[in-house]
This record gives sequence, structure tokens and C-alpha cells, in this order.
Amino acid sequence: MVIDCKHVWNYISEYLDGTLLDETRETVQKHLDHCEICSAILDSTRNVIILVADDRVFELPVGFSERLHARIDLELMYKGS
Amino acid sequence: MESQASNRTDVEMIAGILAGETQLYHELIRPHERSVYLMALSYMKNEADAEDVAQEAFVRAFRNLASFRAESKFSTWLISITLNEARSRLRRQSVIRMESLDEPLDENKTISPALLRDWREIPSETVEREEVRKLIQQAVEELPDIYRQVFLLRDVEELDINETARVLSLGIPSVKVRLHRARLMLQKRLAPQLKGTNPASKRRWLPW
Repeated sequence: MVIDCKHVWNYISEYLDGTLLDETRETVQKHLDHCEICSAILDSTRNVIILVADDRVFELPVGFSERLHARIDLELMYKGS
Repeated sequence: MESQASNRTDVEMIAGILAGETQLYHELIRPHERSVYLMALSYMKNEADAEDVAQEAFVRAFRNLASFRAESKFSTWLISITLNEARSRLRRQSVIRMESLDEPLDENKTISPALLRDWREIPSETVEREEVRKLIQQAVEELPDIYRQVFLLRDVEELDINETARVLSLGIPSVKVRLHRARLMLQKRLAPQLKGTNPASKRRWLPW
């Protein structure tokens, strides 16, 4: 079975998660092997996900930890009393 | 004993806390501060409210620790508490949008990705640059709520599809569709912009 680019785009997420059925995966793979645009879309999507998920992207506000643990200390004291 | 504290598993620490070693709670939650804050921020949209919600969630988790069941992960349990706290606060502020969580999705609508002829891998170190972090933060903030929540849980907090579905009270097909759309929307928005900042493809910045 041959599928066009637009169909391949629908499978990108599941392809990345490795949850496509074998048959679908093979069809998508065949397309990717000869389509440089879809390959670039796949590679860039995978790359973008990794960058967005990087721990350094979203940082805690300054002093967040100190304030949180001070609050927890209050709770522990209250519980202990 | 204290020196071994960091090697204790979550379940062991929880048992210790329930047995009276309450100070262990500080250590138990330390690895989860960022993920709880991030999920709170994704609902509250401002740092001050997100911090309040995060603190409240950690306090609530402490008070309810006895109800934690070891068959679920502590991190997932904590995220559920955080989302409940965020939702109830939004309801109190009555700014929650009246959309059903499981609203019917237009399954046929295809999100088109950004078309590129080639892609040169952008290394992780790129996010050390302030302007790259800003680009990414903005792109995530601008995702529709229902896509952003699924994306953050699955790809940033690394819950699996089933856990994500459970935490958001969604069906698995909805989670998959939203995740797919979120990922393609981020690719569409970020791939062309990040490509332009990639020092491997074009040196636009002088070394400091």
C-alpha cells in the first residue's frame, strides 16, 4: 500500500511513540525512506519535543523552594503540636 | 541512618513519614517541585497563583499521605492532587471556561506541520540561550489548554498514555489525538524558528 504525505503526517505522533500496528508502521516507514520532506518533519518533531521537555526550559521562580519548604515546616509543626 | 535517607524509595519514605519521621517529607517532595509547579502554571497562567496552588498541593498531599496507595506512582498521585487543586481554585475564581473536558474533537481536521526539506539536529545545549527558552515557553503557552495539558503530562512529565488519561479523566483516544495535535503544532511553530537559531546551520551570533 502506498500512502501520500498528508496521511503520513497523521501517524507521526504514534510513530514516535512506537504504538503503530506493524502493517501501518511498515507503510509509513516505506514512505519515509524515500520522502525527504516527511523525514525532515519527523526528525524536527522528535527534536522539538526533546527541546521543549528539557528541564532548563521551564524554571522555578526565584525562592520557590525556600518558600515551599518553609510552608511545609509550618504544616509539620502544626501537625506535631 | 540519616545518611542513607536519600537512597530510600518513595514508598519507604512515605512509610517513615506516616510512622512519625515527618521531616522526611521535605526530601520526598524535592524531586517533584518542578513538575508540580509546571502543571499548576499550565492551569493558572500566572506565577503567583501557580506557586500558591503548588504549595497547597504539597500540603494537601502531606495531609492525605495515608491514603496514598503504593500501586500508583507518587509523582502521578501528586500531579492528580495538583490538578484538582488548580481546578477548584479556578472554579472559585469562576474564570474556568465552560468547556467539557471530553468535548467532541473534530477528528478529521488535520494539523499540517511545517514543511522542511532537511533538518539538522538542534542540540539540547541550545536551550541554555535565553531567547531560545523564551521561544519555546511562548509556543507552549499558546497551545490551546486541552492540548497543552496532555502534552505537558505526556512529553514533559513523562506519564504514559494511560496515566495521562486517568489524571485528566479522558479516554485514551482523546489523549492520543490531543497529543498528536500538540506535537505537530509545536513542530509547526518552533521548527522554522529554531532552525534559524541553530548555530550548526548558520553562525549568526558572535562568541561571547
